[in-house]
Amino acid sequence: MEKHLFLAGHTACYGCGEALGARLVVDAAGPNIITTDATGCLEVFSSRWPQSAWAVPFIHSLFENSAAVASGVEAALKALGRQGEAKVIAQGGDGGTADIGLQCLSGMFERGHDILYVCYDNEAYMNTGVQRSGLTPYDSDTRTSPFGKVSWGNRYLKKDMPAIAAAHGVPYIATASVAYPKDVQAKVKKALSITGPKYIQVHVPCPLGWKSDPALTIKVAKLAVETGLYPIFEMENGVVTKVRKIPRPAKPVGEYLKLQGRFAHLFKKGGGEGEVKKIQQIADENIKKYGLLSEAAEKVAVEAEKE
Amino acid sequence: MKVILGGLAQPATSLANNTGTWRNYIPVFLQKTCTGCTMCAIVCPEGCVYSVEKRKFTFDAKYCKGCGMCAAECPVDDIEMVMEEK
Amino acid sequence: MARTFTEGSKAVAETVKLCRPNVIAAYPITPQTHISEELAQMVANGELKAEYVTVESEFAAASVVLGASATGARSYTATSSQGLLLMTEVLFNISGMRLPVVMTCANRAISSPINIWNDQQDSISVRDAGWVQLYAEDIQEASDLHLQAFRIAEHPEVLLPVMVCMDGFILTHAYEPVDLIEQKEADAFLPPYQPQYYLTPKNPITFGAMMGPESYMEARCQLDRALCGSTRIVEEVAKEFKKRFGRFQGALVDTYCIEGAEIVLVAMGSVISTIKEAIDLLRKEGVKVGLLKVRCFRPFPREAIKEALVGAREVLAIDRAFSPGSGGVLATEIRASLQDVKKAPEIKGHIAGLGGREISVETIINIVKDRKSVGIEDRFVDLKEALLK
Repeated sequence: MEKHLFLAGHTACYGCGEALGARLVVDAAGPNIITTDATGCLEVFSSRWPQSAWAVPFIHSLFENSAAVASGVEAALKALGRQGEAKVIAQGGDGGTADIGLQCLSGMFERGHDILYVCYDNEAYMNTGVQRSGLTPYDSDTRTSPFGKVSWGNRYLKKDMPAIAAAHGVPYIATASVAYPKDVQAKVKKALSITGPKYIQVHVPCPLGWKSDPALTIKVAKLAVETGLYPIFEMENGVVTKVRKIPRPAKPVGEYLKLQGRFAHLFKKGGGEGEVKKIQQIADENIKKYGLLSEAAEKVAVEAEKE
Repeated sequence: MKVILGGLAQPATSLANNTGTWRNYIPVFLQKTCTGCTMCAIVCPEGCVYSVEKRKFTFDAKYCKGCGMCAAECPVDDIEMVMEEK
Repeated sequence: MARTFTEGSKAVAETVKLCRPNVIAAYPITPQTHISEELAQMVANGELKAEYVTVESEFAAASVVLGASATGARSYTATSSQGLLLMTEVLFNISGMRLPVVMTCANRAISSPINIWNDQQDSISVRDAGWVQLYAEDIQEASDLHLQAFRIAEHPEVLLPVMVCMDGFILTHAYEPVDLIEQKEADAFLPPYQPQYYLTPKNPITFGAMMGPESYMEARCQLDRALCGSTRIVEEVAKEFKKRFGRFQGALVDTYCIEGAEIVLVAMGSVISTIKEAIDLLRKEGVKVGLLKVRCFRPFPREAIKEALVGAREVLAIDRAFSPGSGGVLATEIRASLQDVKKAPEIKGHIAGLGGREISVETIINIVKDRKSVGIEDRFVDLKEALLK
């Protein structure tokens, strides 16, 4: 087998996007890192005693303190004159990052710790059985934002974490998707070359929670990007410096939604078209805001080839 | 296995865990049209797909859960998923 | 050794500095603030080479020292009251991961009603967090305890966090003459922290793994054994401290006038000084009264307490905190400790001094004198009945 720093034998579900995301991140970072993690799927499926899937130093403490524990790790390395020994990578899921862990993350950003924070965004609390988080998309059917007679699912929009990071003056912010593994790895490497706090949010499909075919994890992730629902970009010193262009014309959101049981109600119940339209609007706004559409169809095809 | 200081775990020990027993479908690497793009190895959530030659890939049955991502992402349909006989 | 007339918080900060902590993280809360301010100033002046992390909450303070300690740094934090409760989740984690963090708890009442003054409800409420808890009688002891705390915490047989509890305002904000140790002497007493396991790519270990029903209980039992076993180290360290610096204010417990005492008062913290004064007066009147000071509340020194109380006829426990619906916590634990003693003394519990209510020499004298006229239920002392009508 290839030599990885996040290893097989972990107990993630079939087709888990987060397991893939974590491996891409640590493999790109290399062995000289110290990682922290919030409570959640990743921690559970990677570190059930006496086993560990991590070949790099790893610490899990609590749900909401991955960023603060990482702050302590980084401060210790500095205090002990061991900065050269390891880079610090804090990890968390969307709930551990955008909801319960947001305060610790804000502190880490504001104090300027030299830490890369990676949020694996699978858009709900999957470890507890699929409840909505601040990063659950609009109309998603979860156990706490269920579809019902008078409900279309989650009523709120995804919290704009990159903007929150940018408001803290974080010098490097990026979104990424496991659909583009090399891009994830390039961004991790770039982030680690920059001193100070960094934030990368990786879109990681969860076949269990999204009710999607585990074999289609990459396809689903790719459609999130190609519809404009998950814009992939880099922000450096507060300015968007690079976006992943999507083929023109953008794919309609229905193509993405239909592959996932969490949106199935939109295509079954009368009036669902109206809701799909609203989601299309979200995608259209992203496309406009980030200038996602490519100039010409051919240029994108060439880029896709490279990937 | 002794409990050390509240439950420290040794690195890379998950390899002892045989997740291949979860599998219903098993990938068959046809090794006919492979272009060596490495996509199957890159996207495997277990990281258990690897190359034996530049255009010849295989997987470690000890860990493969049979999710089918390698087959779905192979751009030249050189991997098939088949029901595993047990 | 230099004697200075100084504030309790300053004396503690000076001693923490002597311990050469690598990482300090603290969040302001009354009455802890002077300690963290002093340390910040020392770092700002370049007198103390440490990373001082100005966190956004006590929860983060505890999490930062957790991460720092796991990375091999000697780590320190300080807090009070609500801050300690906000840390609670992390406190259990720090001990569970066997990290030798040291904390000062400037004891203060718990809201609601909000009250910034002293009692010990904060540290008593987290007694089950798996930390060693030491209670200081005066500023000198509060100060000295920090040097001892790091020695205890980092002892290879202990590897547990230690909380040094000092009564808020009464000790943190008062001025007393204090003997401060020289850096060289402190270094000889407390060598640098050298952990066997810490976060490093050289040995990429996993901290904080999940444990199921097959091993969780053993991990918890191991923590309990280490904590119970630390009594020996607490004693050893106190003895060595005495040998080096000539000061001894008890190890697990201390006693005063306990020889031949029929009545023994039991308490923790700054009230000990008040009780000693009261005892001197009562002894002049011929009352055979003595004192048992509980210095180490966790691990609870059952044997030492039993030994000290075995000859007494009456025990009067004074708690500066309580468990609502149950009673005084110290009183309850003392009752449990003596349950297998033949001719055990009668134990009466007194809840006193909550939220800054003064416990005067007179209060103590009254507790002793009124003891026959009150029931065996733990009672609130010096209650203003008019406010309850």
